[in-house]
Order: sequence, then C-alpha cells, then structure tokens
Amino acid sequence: MAQSHAPAATHEHDDHDHKPRGWRRWVYATNHKDIGTMYLVFACTMFFIGGAMAMVIRLELFKPGLQFVDPQFFNSMTTMHALIMIFGAVMPAWTGLANWMVPMQVGAPDMALPRLNNFSFWILPFAFTLLLSSLFVPGGAPAGGWTMYPPLILQTGASFPMLIFSIHLMGASSILGAINIVVTILNMRAPGLTLLRMPLFVWTWLITGYLLIAVMPVLAGAVTMLLTDHFFGTTFFTAAGGGDPVMFQHIFWFFGHPEVYILILPAFGIISEVVPTFSRKPLFGYEAMVYAVASIAFLSFIVWAHHMFTVGMPLAAQLFFMLSTMLIAVPTGVKVFNWTATMWKGSLSFEPPMLFALAFLFLFTIGGFSGLMLAIVPADYQYQDTYFVVAHFHYVLVPGSIFAIMAGVYYWLPKWTGHMYDMRLATWHFWLSTIFVNVLFFPQHFLGLAGMPRRIPDYAVQFTDWNMVSSIGGFGFGLAQFLFPYIIWKCVRGGARIGNRAWEGAHGLEWELPSPPPYHSWTTPPSDAVIARGAEH
Amino acid sequence: MIRATAPSLALLAASVPLALGARADSGWSELNMTPGVTEMSKKIYDLHMLIFWVCVGIAVIVFGAMIWSIVTYRKSKGAVPDVTLVHNTKVEFIWTVVPVFILIAMAVPAARTLVEIEDTTKTELTIKVTGYQWGWQYDYLDDGVQYYSHLDRQSDAARELLSGIDPNSVPHYLLNVDHPLVVPVATKVRLLITGADVIHSWWVPAFGVKKDAIPGFVNEAWFKVDADKPGLYRGQCAELCGRDHGFMPIVVDVRSKADFAAWLKEKATEQKQAAAAPAPSAS
Repeated sequence: MAQSHAPAATHEHDDHDHKPRGWRRWVYATNHKDIGTMYLVFACTMFFIGGAMAMVIRLELFKPGLQFVDPQFFNSMTTMHALIMIFGAVMPAWTGLANWMVPMQVGAPDMALPRLNNFSFWILPFAFTLLLSSLFVPGGAPAGGWTMYPPLILQTGASFPMLIFSIHLMGASSILGAINIVVTILNMRAPGLTLLRMPLFVWTWLITGYLLIAVMPVLAGAVTMLLTDHFFGTTFFTAAGGGDPVMFQHIFWFFGHPEVYILILPAFGIISEVVPTFSRKPLFGYEAMVYAVASIAFLSFIVWAHHMFTVGMPLAAQLFFMLSTMLIAVPTGVKVFNWTATMWKGSLSFEPPMLFALAFLFLFTIGGFSGLMLAIVPADYQYQDTYFVVAHFHYVLVPGSIFAIMAGVYYWLPKWTGHMYDMRLATWHFWLSTIFVNVLFFPQHFLGLAGMPRRIPDYAVQFTDWNMVSSIGGFGFGLAQFLFPYIIWKCVRGGARIGNRAWEGAHGLEWELPSPPPYHSWTTPPSDAVIARGAEH
Repeated sequence: MIRATAPSLALLAASVPLALGARADSGWSELNMTPGVTEMSKKIYDLHMLIFWVCVGIAVIVFGAMIWSIVTYRKSKGAVPDVTLVHNTKVEFIWTVVPVFILIAMAVPAARTLVEIEDTTKTELTIKVTGYQWGWQYDYLDDGVQYYSHLDRQSDAARELLSGIDPNSVPHYLLNVDHPLVVPVATKVRLLITGADVIHSWWVPAFGVKKDAIPGFVNEAWFKVDADKPGLYRGQCAELCGRDHGFMPIVVDVRSKADFAAWLKEKATEQKQAAAAPAPSAS
C-alpha cells in the first residue's frame, strides 16, 4: 500500500482509507467493522424471517381447530423457525458483535485472519438461501423438528439434502469464525493487556469460541450419518440394520447442549459490560465471573442427556445427568448475584442498553428457574415435550440472548456511527418488547403444566384461553420489533454527534477511540496508560 | 409519559381475551400440573411444587435486591457509587455454598422417587403398547387381546382444515379415541412400549407416566391407579412423529378388577372367534 506522502506523526485515523467503493467493498471485505456490519444486517434479516414463521405458528394456535395451515406445513414452520433463529439470527449476531468489538477491545488492528473472516461470513447467505428454498420443493421444508430425530427426519422429502448441506455450511462458517476469534484474542492483544484484564465480552467469546470448535464438528458428524442413512444404505440409526435411533439423540445433544451455552455466554459478556457502565461501578467479582463462565462451559459437556430423560435411560445415567444439570445452577447463580451486587450501591441510570440488561436479569433468571425445575427427573417426566419446555427455552433465548444482543447494539451503536440514536423510540421498543414477551411466553408455563404437548397445530379446548393470550403477545412482540431496524437506520443516517465516550460510566479500549472509529483502528497499539484506563475493573 | 402508557398497553392486551368471553372450561384455571391418581404421580407433583417454592423463595430474595437497587441507587436521586464494592469474600462464599445445600436438599427426594419409578418388579399385568403413525396399538400379551386405538371420528372430522365444526361442540375434542386402553384399578400395570415406524411417546399426565416409543427398542413403564380412582384418563403423544402428531391421543379406561376381568374375558373370546372364523369369500 504505497503512501504518496509521509505522515508527520502516527495518526489514529488513516486519511486515505483505500477501501474499495460500491459492491466490492462488501463482497471483498476484510475489514472487521465491515464484516461485523454484514453479520449484523444478515442476523437482523433472519430474525424477521424467523419471526414471520413464529407469527404463522401463533396465528394457527390462536384458537382451537385448524383455520390456516395444514399440519405438515405447521411442522415445517416450527422446524424452520428454530433453525433460522438459532443458526441465522442469534449465532451470526454474536459473531457480528465479536467482529466489531473484539479487535477494538483488545487493542488489535483487525482480526487475525481477515480473508478467512470474509469467507466465514459469505458462506451464510448461501447456506440460508439453500435452507429457505426448501420451502418450495416437493414435500416442502423439513418438518421433523430442528432436532432432526431419526427415523422421522428420514421421511423428509426433496428438502432433506438441502437441510443437511445448509447445516454443513453454517457449521463451517461457525467453526472458521470461532478459530479466527480465538486466535485474535490469544495472539493479538495489545502488550500489557493480560487475559485477566480483558473485558468480559472478550472472555465470554474466547470460551464460546472453544465450545464452537469442540461441538460444531459433532453436529456435522451427526447430520452426515443422517445423510448416509438416507441415501447410501447405512443404518446408523435404524434398529433393523443393527443401528440405534437413540444414538442420534446422544450425538445431537452432545452438540446441542454446549450449543445453547454458545447462544448465551456472549450475552453474559454483554450484560457484564452494560451493567457496570450504567451503575457507574466496576463489575463485582471479575475473577469469579471468569471462573463461572469457564465452569459453565465445562459443565455444559456433561449434561446433554437431560434433553432425553424419557428415552429409556438406565437409572444410573438419569441420576448422573440430573445431578450434573442441577450443578450448573451454582455458577449461573454466582453470575446473577454478581450482576446484582454490581448495581448495589451504584449510581444507576436507565438508558436503553441498561433497560434491556435489567429485563435480561429478571427474565433470564425466570428461565433459569424453569431450567432447574426441568432438571428434576421425575418432574421432567411431566414437563418433557410440553409447552413448559417451550416456555423455558424461549425465556432464556428471547429476553435472554435476543435482549442482550439488543442491549449490545444500543450500547455500541453510537460508537459505530458517531451519532446518538432516538432514545425515546428505543425506550418504546424496550417497553413494548418487554411487556409483550411476557404476555407471549409466561402463559406457556401454564399450558405445559396443564398438559399441552409441544409441536402440535391444534389443541384440546381447555388450552384455549392461554393460547389466545400467548398469541396476542406474539403479535404485539412481533410488531414492536419493526422499531429496531428503523431506529438503527435512522441513527446511521444522522443524529446528535457524540465523542469517544458515549456513556459516562463506560470503560474499555473501544471508548478510547473516536466515534465512529477510523476504518483501521489501533494501527499502533494502545499505550500502558490507555490500557490501564480502559481496563478498570 | 412512556411509563404511564406502557402498563395500560398491557391491560389492553390482557382484556382482549376477557372481552372475547370465557366459556365454562376454556382454560383460565388451567395453571398447574395435576397431582394425578397414582402414588407416583402425587410424588411427582410434590417434587414439582417443592422445587417451585424453592425457586419462588430465591426469586423473592434476588429480585428484591435488584428492585431495591433500581429504586434506591439511582443517579437521578443523587446516589454516589461505591466504586470499592467489588469483593466480599464472606457473601460470595455464602452464595456459592448455600445453593449447593439447597440443590442437595432437592436431589435427595428426587433421587428417591426416581428409584421407585424405575422399580418395575412385581407387576401384575403386562400390556404391549406400540406407537404408529398415527395411533396406538394395545396388546394384552398373556390374553391374546389386541386392538388399535385412534382419534375418534367426531374429533377427526372437526379438526380438518376449515371444517366449520366448532371444537367446543365435540366432546373431549382431540382427547377421545375409539378404543381406549382398559386396565384394572389398584393393579401394578406394566407397559412394554415400542414404536413401529418413528419415535412416539406415550404420556398420561394423571399417571405421571411418559415413555418414548422407539422402533427396535422396548421401553418399560408402570403405573398403579389408586383404588378409589376408576374412570377415564386422557393423554397425548409426546414426541413429534409427523403430520398427525397432535392427533393420536391416549385414553385409559380404569375399571374395577371385576369389570376388567369380565371385559378381558369377553374381548379374548371375541378375538378368538374372529380369528377362527373363515375369511370372507370372494376377492
């Protein structure tokens, strides 16, 4: 990159960005900020597509009887809704936030492997075009649940290979992205930024990266076995051929349980940044928070069969998985207590990031309680495959992961754009989301306890009232989400100019940079003094 | 302004179903698990309520602390942050160790109940249950009685897309079958559960029994209905099994021992005669 003039001193911003214009900037992107933006825009799009499917589900479930869709199509909607939300919305959103923030937070100029970064992103639009096209092939989209249990999943029609290959593609994207993030964190931290001085968001992504590398290949193995069972005469999961359908469940959930921690650990990181900022107080128990995340990640590998308590497991196995699952409550509890202690004797203000973080604290904790109930095996016999489970995981995923993503976006959007967004609108977005998310999901606890199974398009009449309430909550929540991209778009276009530190109590290397940061930031590493200021915890 | 209108939005949302009118049993009161009609289902219910109240107790403390902070330590009220409050070894020790003790207190009764549930010895009657797409087959192995059990006709007609039939006009909509499973009261009944095609799951909430029906495998479950609780008990398939997963319910007809014995004898004779009778002519 030839310079046509010699800069007099080292600039933090590069006057000649040398970034290509037009579509080439995005298709050939190697800049972590551009790639981060693409991941986030992609994730937001997928969130609305997955959300539309949820609206179809709640519309059919509004009253008993079938009014709108065929049961097979309904099963496709539940299947695709989950696949899109998990692999298309939440995971790419976390990767997008990691791309934007990790290099800036560790004082690095970019990710370790920028071209791999580009590849990791661009796999995704292809993967999801493949998956979404399956709606239009004979037999329709896959309808065997996102968990894809055989033998049922092997009854999928023409969309079966599309399902398997899109999962392979998404998995490859995740693995490569995770490698990039882990290598960046381990190798490219500014001198003086030791591991135990890193922001919690970076810590949670370091650990999440290891989880991804460990378990995405397991999912790939499981779905490849489905593929060969379907097309090449193997019988991995067919008892008649000496195989075992339950083995699929073990392999899938060995991936699946760490996967749900992949979905939540970065959220813990976001909350650990937002709460201290808006409490104007350092995070309580920084080291305990790191050890708690590490323990949760470790434990996540030895609890998988709690998704399978009714398959007919030996007593000893049921006892082991019950105890290991209950144990996760301890480090998770420590984290909730530490966030609360951070607010205790702080000086709180309630801007949108803090509002979403507070909703997370209350509502994720409720999801944690239902999770603890599910761990009790004899009780789980009554909860398994009912709406009680649906309520649990939606509480930890929606006011859990999704609200934390929104908190992160509302926290860092001023940094990315240099403008403050419309806080009044963002506060409306918050209140409408929080109220409707509870109207939508809280009654599902009742439905499950009263005996309503999951994955059914129609139900007995005693489930009418709470289904109606839940559906109204769904419509309200869905409508409220249109505010989000509007607020972001409006902010990108303009708004009150802000300086380096958008929020009074914010600490971290990203707040030492201008807003917006230069296209290439930290081209020289931050000094010890700057690191010390940023790493105040 | 925003805070004043937000709660009223919630009230508005909540009032819509009330305005739509509540029927006698449309579900507002359907809030909790049933204690059921077996000793095991009651133990399960007790475990459920125990863990529920433990969670409520913890929630009161934790949410109380959060709400206290939100109300008391506000910048707008002039609160000054105590930036040195980042550690408290005593408190941290307590809130790590006390939860462990609470978990042990939960795990002990849970493990005891689980051991009891897994004890399938000394059963008095064995029935094979096979899950199909989309119905159940019941086979009284020792008596040569077997039959299929499908969603009953009225429900089946009403559930068709845009059938025009109001589900509320159908008795036990989606929870009624043509041929229920018949069992005697106060008898330890063992079920051998398997699947014919894909994985299903046999679940009757009133018994506290749910077990997957897996092709190629035989799972065991048992229940013993309390002596004073004969009657009809309803359940559903609890594992996604295809298009009509929601339309293959379970009905168990629990009869007195004498009634059951009579029914079984009659059924056995009927089926023996049907098997012996010459096949209808002309093909």
